[in-house]
Amino acid sequence: MARVLLFGPLRDLAGWRERQIPSASLAELRSFLAAEDADLGAALAGPGVKAAVDQAIVLGDAPLAPASEVAFLPPMSGG
Amino acid sequence: MIRLTEAPFDPGALLSAFASDRRETGAVATFTGIARAEDGATAILELEAYPGFTEAEIGKIADQARDRFGLQDLQIVHRVGKIQPGEPIVFVATAASHRRAAFEACDFLMDYLKSRAPFWKKEHGPDGARWIEPTAQDHADRERWASERT
Repeated sequence: MARVLLFGPLRDLAGWRERQIPSASLAELRSFLAAEDADLGAALAGPGVKAAVDQAIVLGDAPLAPASEVAFLPPMSGG
Repeated sequence: MIRLTEAPFDPGALLSAFASDRRETGAVATFTGIARAEDGATAILELEAYPGFTEAEIGKIADQARDRFGLQDLQIVHRVGKIQPGEPIVFVATAASHRRAAFEACDFLMDYLKSRAPFWKKEHGPDGARWIEPTAQDHADRERWASERT
């Protein structure tokens, strides 16, 4: 289980901001989301979209603990 | 100190508090950014942050500024949520022994905040809403600090 957060345009695209999704790894979570919503899956793999696990940016795959927080961060706007 | 707030803030009050009780600070510089109306094109600006992560990332920029300019102190206050044109959106204050460091640190912090800080910005106008990304000018402004080591 992971707490999944979407920000900025990803939230508008998916139509949700936060969900609990059972997943053992970041790759498994990406597959789950892409199978459910192909547009979101493509956007999550898009240029400039970063993933953070427990508030640290992760490149590639990472294992997820039951209480992990995963955030998908589209290109940042700045302040 | 770094603070995100959904409520409007008064830059004058922030400056008064920041500048008080200082005996070894020769210079305080501040910058206040204000949301523009863009001639009616922007009715509301909406800023989203990732609570915790956004403050931590801004904290890294602040640490760089402290080291690079030898600051005594700094403060960053940034609005999140819905912001009306004319309302202050960001306040940066820097304190140093001398003016040059205070001025330059303020400029440096704003260039990083405008291009690198984890915010997602949406403009709501008469023609609908759109998400904003940093401009080429914002990136060029930040790059100045890579070439111009002080």
